[in-house]
Amino acid sequence: MSVDVLMPALSPTMEEGTLAKWHVKVGDKVSSGDVIAEIETDKATMEVEAVDEGVVEAILVPEGAEGVKVNVPIARLTGEGAASPAPSAATPAPEVVAAPTPVAPTAAAAAPVPAPAVVLADPEIPADAKLIKTTVRDALRDAMAEEMRNDPTVFLMGEEVAQYQGAYKVSRDLLQEFGAKRVIDTPITEHGFAGLGVGAAMGGLKPIVEFMTFNFAMQAIDQIINSAAKTLYMSGGQIRCSIVFRGPNGAASRVAAQHSQDYSAWYANVPGLKVVAPYDAADAKGLLKAAIRDPNPVIFLEHEMMYGHEFEVPEGDHVLPIGKAKVRRVGVHVTLTAHSRMVGLALEAAEALAKDGIEAEVIDLRTLRPLDHETILTSVRKTNRLVSCEEGWGPMGVGAEVVARVVEHAFDYLDAPPLRVHQEDVPMPYAANLEALALPTVDKIVAAAKAVCYR
Amino acid sequence: MARAPKAAKTAATALSSSNSVSKEDLLNFYREMLLIRRFEERAGQLYGMGLIGGFCHLYIGQEAIAVGMQSVKQPGDQVITGYRDHGHMLACGMDPREVMAELTGRAAGASKGKGGSMHMFSTTADFYGGHGIVGAQVSLGTGLGLSNYYSDNGKVAFVYFGDGATNQGQVYESFNMAELWSLPVVYVIENNQYAMGTSVERASAETHLYKRGVSFNIPGAEVDGMDVVAVREAGLKAAEHARSGKGPFILEMKTYRYRGHSMSDPAKYRTREEVDAVRKTRDPIDHLQERLETSGWADEAALKAIDAEVKKIVADAAEFARTAPEPDPSELYTDVYLETAAQ
Repeated sequence: MSVDVLMPALSPTMEEGTLAKWHVKVGDKVSSGDVIAEIETDKATMEVEAVDEGVVEAILVPEGAEGVKVNVPIARLTGEGAASPAPSAATPAPEVVAAPTPVAPTAAAAAPVPAPAVVLADPEIPADAKLIKTTVRDALRDAMAEEMRNDPTVFLMGEEVAQYQGAYKVSRDLLQEFGAKRVIDTPITEHGFAGLGVGAAMGGLKPIVEFMTFNFAMQAIDQIINSAAKTLYMSGGQIRCSIVFRGPNGAASRVAAQHSQDYSAWYANVPGLKVVAPYDAADAKGLLKAAIRDPNPVIFLEHEMMYGHEFEVPEGDHVLPIGKAKVRRVGVHVTLTAHSRMVGLALEAAEALAKDGIEAEVIDLRTLRPLDHETILTSVRKTNRLVSCEEGWGPMGVGAEVVARVVEHAFDYLDAPPLRVHQEDVPMPYAANLEALALPTVDKIVAAAKAVCYR
Repeated sequence: MARAPKAAKTAATALSSSNSVSKEDLLNFYREMLLIRRFEERAGQLYGMGLIGGFCHLYIGQEAIAVGMQSVKQPGDQVITGYRDHGHMLACGMDPREVMAELTGRAAGASKGKGGSMHMFSTTADFYGGHGIVGAQVSLGTGLGLSNYYSDNGKVAFVYFGDGATNQGQVYESFNMAELWSLPVVYVIENNQYAMGTSVERASAETHLYKRGVSFNIPGAEVDGMDVVAVREAGLKAAEHARSGKGPFILEMKTYRYRGHSMSDPAKYRTREEVDAVRKTRDPIDHLQERLETSGWADEAALKAIDAEVKKIVADAAEFARTAPEPDPSELYTDVYLETAAQ
């Protein structure tokens, strides 16, 4: 009786990894708890322990293989201890059925997830700019590193940003380059360290405060709103607060209600804050550099599911203006607005709609406060139809604001009531099927777009 | 930012007294304390007349703390406090006119009339507010200490808060980081014995607030906050500790506020006798007056001259605040954002 050892998922969002090293060879006897292999992802290197006892019958994936999908069998054990048919190493995702015939992935497979193909030429990027494929994660890191090199008052603080190299590896190598005074590991005290950051900004520094996720920033929201956003006004323009609060926002994967929430609308409601939510790596870099240079407090909303995605980023000092939306796809029949990860879904929906003869214009909002409604209005005046897409809840949301502005300023251009696509009005469920039902999807966007086109 | 662990320090560090004050110092203290007292009395009066709106928290009774601590400040050291902030602003040297005009919501106010009693600032006086959320200034002030540490500028942040704030969680988050990173911060707890209507005994499991740093290895001392010289002596030691790179220090100032928590507080939670007893026996201004007279450093006529001078300043500030114009409506939309520099 033999049992397969499957490629384990090492984080909620891991889809594949590199089999860095085998610690066993064919014929070796293993016991439960023995380290049998090392797996590398873009975030971390982890050891894989045997769950079952037995003898290694076959190594199915060679050492050094990249892009090994989660749940692919990587080895086979035989022996009395290996009688259990239970999956080993890690609990597989439930939607995955029986593992296919083991095929070693080619070592050439790229680890980063390829981006959707439809990307318009960006007028902000010079035609002769050299483009370099970069993940969103590395683009963010490059932005911080470049600004820290340029300005000695810029520093990074947060949980696990230094020695651990970032919980999501966004701050990788920054400690090595800039030292412990400028890359500061904080205790797990969001309220306190956000307050320290704001105070340091009032004292003339330019802190980047990383929240491991924006879910934890709720502990600190008093300091963000009451201290960071309002003090310039309350001081009659005297007290400056140049600070960036950044980290992943929105739905992760299978982490349930307290770790999966989109705060876009919360912060975008507050005067005194700027709120940025980029989609691709070029925008992530260009807008984070702008956010760090901005003399105002900036909420910079990243997305965990986008960190590993690769896009082209112009080489050099790529800085983008805050407050400008971007038309990502030109169309004439319906306008889709989206920000952050939802831009990718809107672009996919546009491709699907094109097959049915509906050409959607996709607008990446990029900045939520100040909202570039001129770009939205210009589009709606052309298409006469609007669907807003967001990952957060609908009521009082970003879509509600987009729709309100369109109704206020372009009512006569509308040929159909605008629709909003958003998360279902429930806390994020854990179960895979319920989570999928709760989240906005390409299909939901397609359906809404067809509805406003009366198709 | 890690550093070698230190041996635990005793919580109550003995503060021996020294004769660090001259006749001029004491006369200055008298004048400044009296200015705060008369200013606050007048603010109370203007509130009663409807010229000051909203919340207005008076500092009467606590004057020795702001004045004594101000005397140990060096140029560039920062001050930050909560909403009972008028006394601190005057002690920092802000113009009584701009403070009073802010109370009446006028364009000439310290915050152009947009902050009010609880939210005033002065970058020229190194006064960082004026914060309305109980305890928030402790994290912010620790952040000012972080900026001093980062810039290695030799400055100290003086962070004031009340006994009520000592039960806020972020105060301890800040204590932890301040000691962990040896930040130059002096925490000044103004224990006036009532957090609004709740006495320290009814709100605090440990009523000796100078011990609140024990589990972070932050030394602390209890100080008679009604004695301006004792405040100064303690402040000198605490500031020296912080400035020399040894990290934060906690001073618990035992004090008392004579008025209600704010103007709208009838103060039914304590007796008239209790208030009167403090006024009669512990008043910081009376105490200093006696000291000046018995030491022969000032006679009644000299002190009366100071009284007259202070009264004139306060009357002028009140008249200015009463007659100065309100902010222009266009000010509604200014100071929300700073312009972004061309990139």
